[in-house]
Amino acid sequence: MNRLRFWCLAPATTLLAVLFLVPILIIAAYSLLSRGPYGGVMPPWTLENYTRLADPLYLSILWRTSLYSLAATAVCLLAGFPLAWFISRSGPRKSLFLALVIVPFWTSFLVRTYAWMFLLRDTGLINSTLQSLGLIHQPLPLLYTPFAVIVGLVYGYLPFMILPIYATLEKLDPSLLEASADLGARPITTMFQIVIPLARPGMLAGGVLVFISCLGAYLTPDLLGGGKTIMIGNLVQNQFTAARDWPFGAALSLLLMAVVMAMLMPVLRREKDGLL
Amino acid sequence: MDHVLELHNVSKRYPNHTAVDDVTLRVPKGAFFSLVGPSGCGKTTTLRMVAGFDQPTAGELLLNGQRIEHLRPYERNVSTVFQNYALFPHLSARENIEFGLRRRNAPDLATPVNKVLDLLHLTGKESRFPHQMSGGEKQRVALARSLVLEPELLLLDEPLSALDPQLRKRVRVELKALQRSVGITFLMVTHDQEEALSLSDRIAVMNKGKVEQVGTPQEIYHKPATRFVAGFLGHINWIGDAGVRPESTYIASEPRNGIARSRPAVIRHAMYYGNCFHVEAEIDPGITAISEVPTDEHRYSTGQQVHVWWHIDDEIRLP
Repeated sequence: MNRLRFWCLAPATTLLAVLFLVPILIIAAYSLLSRGPYGGVMPPWTLENYTRLADPLYLSILWRTSLYSLAATAVCLLAGFPLAWFISRSGPRKSLFLALVIVPFWTSFLVRTYAWMFLLRDTGLINSTLQSLGLIHQPLPLLYTPFAVIVGLVYGYLPFMILPIYATLEKLDPSLLEASADLGARPITTMFQIVIPLARPGMLAGGVLVFISCLGAYLTPDLLGGGKTIMIGNLVQNQFTAARDWPFGAALSLLLMAVVMAMLMPVLRREKDGLL
Repeated sequence: MDHVLELHNVSKRYPNHTAVDDVTLRVPKGAFFSLVGPSGCGKTTTLRMVAGFDQPTAGELLLNGQRIEHLRPYERNVSTVFQNYALFPHLSARENIEFGLRRRNAPDLATPVNKVLDLLHLTGKESRFPHQMSGGEKQRVALARSLVLEPELLLLDEPLSALDPQLRKRVRVELKALQRSVGITFLMVTHDQEEALSLSDRIAVMNKGKVEQVGTPQEIYHKPATRFVAGFLGHINWIGDAGVRPESTYIASEPRNGIARSRPAVIRHAMYYGNCFHVEAEIDPGITAISEVPTDEHRYSTGQQVHVWWHIDDEIRLP
């Protein structure tokens, strides 16, 4: 049996070690070195990359990143929960609706983000429709705004919210809903007293997935924010490309990891003590 | 007699089958009333229509004389004890019991909750969560959660089926005592004939969506209206047109006459039940009779020629 265990664990463990742990150690080492003249790294060892992180410019980007991610997560939760509830209640058509949630993944994320640019730009579908209806005379500034970035993030990560919530709602015993009604609760009360508390694990899982994905996003803010509203992902990318400052880029990456850990720990700890 | 619940010609039809077919029932106030029948006979659907979870496709439901078909479950003053208890897993025993009172904006929660905790021997266990409770405790919390609302009618859906057999007998006694002490009308659904006979004041036997007979347990057992009822509650030997219960069927080495009828038969086998044997004797090919024989009187062996006899008074004759 131990042999079986070993062979079951071996592939995943090897993959994680080679593809996850080793790169992180390399990044950690890079973050402690100095920048090379044409990219890359060189001695001497230094902590300067970390002291530079305290610069208000970088802190404001980190703050903005957290804010946008939080906003996108909140919108995903508010939009995703009702949809997940609807799907879990829709009987034999469940699998069709679930498939529709997943369908966008069949196309490249890049292509889909470009599609949003066409929708949101001054001559795009939204503005031209509103103008032809006579509702507005000047195009609304939609593209290259925080609004566009958050819309893009919500669009990209909504399925990560819907699927875990759906999984918990799917398992919900229907007799609990009947019992609640039987004891005098109207549907809205049943929703807030029974369904939402019992769906909490799914909401937390979805929230964590969406929030982490948003923190690391760089394509969406780049394309839909137009470089005006950059997030920490863009900053990291920039250090490894245009700025040719690999050590600082590495330090930024580790900062992002630290932020994720710091925000997740309280959530995970509470869940461990929690009932469900 | 005052009736808490009346069903007039109630049906529940689906495109492909009829779950409940033109059922008329009257449940007297304060009674322990059972709906009994095999699975799929429509007894659970009937209960669910009274609770408001399913809508009848025809007929009238009256609760204390008032039509209730149009009322939502949360608008009906009936309460259900579910087969799996359906306790809210994120709430403690006390919070589960308080749930219905809170929905009614009851000014005082503690007094009624403490009273019902005491009634169901749950004092000291009120802070437990469902996953920390035994099967018996869950059942008592489910009962407490409904009884605290003092409903006009308590609906019980196979309330004992989730308990293990030893506990089931004890809880049966407690359930009967509880119903007497609270004075609330109980409407119970069960497929267990022994449970129905021992608990109920009145029984309705259902089969294929229809009510076959309504009566007291004694009437149902001794004067069954149909062959189905006779066979569903306890065993019955059909010897020609006469039905005889195993406890009224005797075996002897000589034929009996006078007030008794007897038939020659051959012993087939005997099954031991602890307090008695069920001895099966074949009268004619395809016609067998089971006789309940006290343990110390069993001295028959397979193939033995005997006479099966019974008193004419004990015969059950169907129209």
